[in-house]
Amino acid sequence: MASAVTNKWRGIAGKCLVFGLALLPLGFLVADIINANLGPDPGQVITEALGIAAFQLLLVTLAITPLKKVTGWSGWLRYRRMLGLFAFFYAALHLLAFLQLILGWMDLWATFTKRPYIIAGAAAFLAMVPLAITSTRRMMKRTGRWWKPLHRLIYPAAILAWVHFLWQARSDITEMVVYAVILAGLLVVRARWFGVSSLVPLKRT
Amino acid sequence: TVLDYKAAPQFSTDEKPAPYDAITTYNNFYEFGTGKQDPSRYASEMSVDPWSVEVEGECANPGKYALEGLLKPHQYQERIYRLRCVEAWSMVIPWVGVPLAEVIKRLEPNSDAKFVYFETLNAPEQMRGQRSLFSTIDWPYREGLRMDEAMNELSFLAVGLYGKTLPNQNGAPIRLVVPWKYGFKSIKSIVRIRFMKEQPKSSWEMIAPSEYGFYANVNPEVDHPRWSQKMERRLPSGVFRPNWIETEKFNGYGEQVAGLYKGMDLSRYY
Repeated sequence: MASAVTNKWRGIAGKCLVFGLALLPLGFLVADIINANLGPDPGQVITEALGIAAFQLLLVTLAITPLKKVTGWSGWLRYRRMLGLFAFFYAALHLLAFLQLILGWMDLWATFTKRPYIIAGAAAFLAMVPLAITSTRRMMKRTGRWWKPLHRLIYPAAILAWVHFLWQARSDITEMVVYAVILAGLLVVRARWFGVSSLVPLKRT
Repeated sequence: TVLDYKAAPQFSTDEKPAPYDAITTYNNFYEFGTGKQDPSRYASEMSVDPWSVEVEGECANPGKYALEGLLKPHQYQERIYRLRCVEAWSMVIPWVGVPLAEVIKRLEPNSDAKFVYFETLNAPEQMRGQRSLFSTIDWPYREGLRMDEAMNELSFLAVGLYGKTLPNQNGAPIRLVVPWKYGFKSIKSIVRIRFMKEQPKSSWEMIAPSEYGFYANVNPEVDHPRWSQKMERRLPSGVFRPNWIETEKFNGYGEQVAGLYKGMDLSRYY
């Protein structure tokens, strides 16, 4: 009984810790805004920082299953939903910042139909929307056997987010290559452990 | 060092220049990294003294010129120009330097010289961006102008900023400034000037010819394939003050330069 209580508190403490860590990028950004520490083009810096935070959290979310498999500790799963929701949270802020600070809400139609990198980013965001909506326990129950195939949309979301990032490169793609290696690694281990079909979204297996 | 110059108000905008800090900490100089702050962090690794410029090609006075020798006969001017980056931001910058035409005249290009080609320093041991494994730029950075563009009264060789010697991140010790073209045409840290018969290829044209042309005139009517060029963010901007302004054709210098492109289809020669 006592150990069950301890475990419960441990779980809560762990969640608080992950919550706090996931808020750090936003915290740093807010501090930089307050201290006017973002240079002459703060809108650009903010938008980029939010986008990178979203992408990094997507990768961390994708790392949970391999972590569980490698360490044999299923406790990691406790944090997966929160991390995924934070990825969505940063992606939503990133989109808002882009609209407000970069685009000034001008030229919307051309931007979202003619610019391939924007289309890739928007598609990545759209793929994350149903995942966020169906992340609650109740929605999990309601979607039943469809929940898992639906949530495999995180794979195309991550790939599209990477493409969105790559297509903005002008000359040096070192950073993009590093992320590609990480993302490919996370997908390849899944394919090896669970089969390639485990990566196909919306397919019941 | 403080420079001795006289103001050239007839070539200067009366818009307010960006603060020195903004101009010197927000730069595109991929030789030092692709982040806007990389140049201000790492450009001190480049040594600019002594500096010489190799002059070659179709001219009567080729040779290796020490920087001082190239500049000495000329009186420095201050010109406050708008700079419009192809990435849709802009700044107002008080340059100090000499008109490019004056320097070119002394080098005496011959009648075969139809273009002027420029090169940036190529020194991977001083320029960490050139050491990057995944850079698509084929160093050195190259740019070029048509002869009549180079001889236009607006074309400028800058050696200073706010009355002082150029900081390395802004292209020390000598850089081009062509204010009616996107910023990437204004090549930094020049070590070579070549007069040519044929149109040279510029670095961005080599990397992505569908996105960057040889002319690269500021033109709100021709979109970059990845974004619109109709507007620009005048920097410094604020989080709650994005400072959007409309981009003007030839960056507002049409009166001086539009004649250079008479009869040219600028959506084709972008």
